[in-house]
Amino acid sequence: MRDPLAALREIATLGGRSPSEGNGHLVAGDELITDTAALGSARISAWEAVKLARELHRPHSIEIIERVFTRFQEMHGDRLFRDDPAIVGGIAELAGRPVVVVGQQKGASTEENIQRNFGMPHPEGYRKAIRLYRLAERFQLPLVTLIDTPGAFPGPEAEERGQAEAIAKSIEVMTGLRTPIVAVVLGEGGSGGALALGVADVVLSLQNAIYSVISPEGAAAILWRTAGEAERAARSLRLAGPDLLELRIVDGLIPEPPAGAHTDHDRTAANIKAAIAPQLERLARKATAELLAERYERFRRIGVVVEPAGEPVAPRRPWWKKVLGR
Amino acid sequence: MRLRMPFARRRELPSHLWTQCPDCAEMLFNKQLVRNMNVCPKCEHHFKIGARERIELLADKGTFEERDADLTSGDPLSFVDSKPYRERIEAARIKSGATDAVITGTAAVGGVPVELAVMDFDFIGGSMGSVVGEKITRAAERALARRAPLVVVSASGGARMQEGTLALMQMAKILSAVSRLGDAGIPYISVLTDPTTGGVLASFASLGDVVLAEPKAYIGFSGARVTDQTIGERLPAGFQRAEFVLEHGFIDQVVPRAQLKERIAFFLAALRPKPVDLGWGL
Repeated sequence: MRDPLAALREIATLGGRSPSEGNGHLVAGDELITDTAALGSARISAWEAVKLARELHRPHSIEIIERVFTRFQEMHGDRLFRDDPAIVGGIAELAGRPVVVVGQQKGASTEENIQRNFGMPHPEGYRKAIRLYRLAERFQLPLVTLIDTPGAFPGPEAEERGQAEAIAKSIEVMTGLRTPIVAVVLGEGGSGGALALGVADVVLSLQNAIYSVISPEGAAAILWRTAGEAERAARSLRLAGPDLLELRIVDGLIPEPPAGAHTDHDRTAANIKAAIAPQLERLARKATAELLAERYERFRRIGVVVEPAGEPVAPRRPWWKKVLGR
Repeated sequence: MRLRMPFARRRELPSHLWTQCPDCAEMLFNKQLVRNMNVCPKCEHHFKIGARERIELLADKGTFEERDADLTSGDPLSFVDSKPYRERIEAARIKSGATDAVITGTAAVGGVPVELAVMDFDFIGGSMGSVVGEKITRAAERALARRAPLVVVSASGGARMQEGTLALMQMAKILSAVSRLGDAGIPYISVLTDPTTGGVLASFASLGDVVLAEPKAYIGFSGARVTDQTIGERLPAGFQRAEFVLEHGFIDQVVPRAQLKERIAFFLAALRPKPVDLGWGL
């Protein structure tokens, strides 16, 4: 098997230099990979990406927040039940201007992971996130979300407190939030629990992050009836950064240091900063109505359906019915 | 000993004349069962029913007009597990008689014109892929355009794995459209039937202006098997059933199938779409 690190080094030398504009509405700069062709043969396998995305020493939300932003003040609690340590958020400054930041937080050690519940939020975590989204909207601050979770916590207490409702509400609030949103997948984007932070005007991903509807182990257990097929499942699910770019799930990839994000937190954070700052700048110039219309369209077009041409067209409604709204 | 077959369906049981109730083990005469809306007359066990049967029960006679019936999945990932995704779809099409896991269209319920979307568990476990996402989104957009209420009946195991992250994103797509209904003052009624789980529950199914569920329907974010495996905890009996979810405050009512139509009609009559503001300040 190819040495994954060697491959990564190769990608790093390519940097973010992308010849073409991969995803339409992003202006590709040096800071982003918007065309997977730029990765060439350096593209790592899905399973290698899964391992890197889960690397214990990969920079997690707080490490990134401290390096990308200044004067971060964490804010706690959902005002309903308790403070969920698996989601962190608050107000920080980017280039001297305040922004609201919300991210899922894994631990860098077993102890911290137990305290942070391995980055698996409970409903109160999502409700804290919703509270901070609303705060951003009310005071017209841009919102940056950082995604890094194996998934929402699937335990009985989470079910009792309405895990599904909390995630649904979080997604819904983001679809209509009247302020610019940039989301970055840092490590693991685990299903609905990740999407609850992922409805944004621009969705970026670190080069070796993953984003999936189900964990490869979960998919293998269900589809092949053995968790041992996880590697195959990872390949089939197309969950690695370059796949996500090709499927237009993300708008661009943020390059990582040569041997992966865990080897150099400072540089990873610098790359993230270089990637999100111009996006926030660009989004801030848009009128709210335009912003919301484009966010709607961004998600509206995701999906592949086959529709035979020449479908019968519904008869036009008379103009007076339109006026009366009938 | 009682025979337990929680996920058995009427159609899957020997299709002769008799069906055994999985709950009370009573042998039921099929004709009688169908006449009773597929509810066991003895213990009120609600058998799963297909989307077509559900539309028969809910829509006023002869008012249902199907839309987007010819939308099919494009197999964007060329997914192959124990068999190719395309074959899986073909098999599901034969089994359920539907083109994907939801049937959508316009109908009247209790005389109120609505957009209706009904999911079918027989089609790959009612899983939500691009087609389900597109059809429900279109139904919501039509509801917004003609200011008619939206009624969605869910029956789903969640997002469809074979479409990967694209399936996951349907949650955001449908909710974008549904949330516009809320802003425009158009009612949305969500009905949860056995089972409603995963990405469907964690998106549109949970957020109706009114949320109703059928008795004992399995309603949960993560399936009991997932929770068992992930957490290593056994779950108490009755966990994640409609009554449990009602008790914890996440649905409005548990409604027996026989009263479902009339109950939906009640809410439709009470919650009228807000009239369009023509800008006269009236």
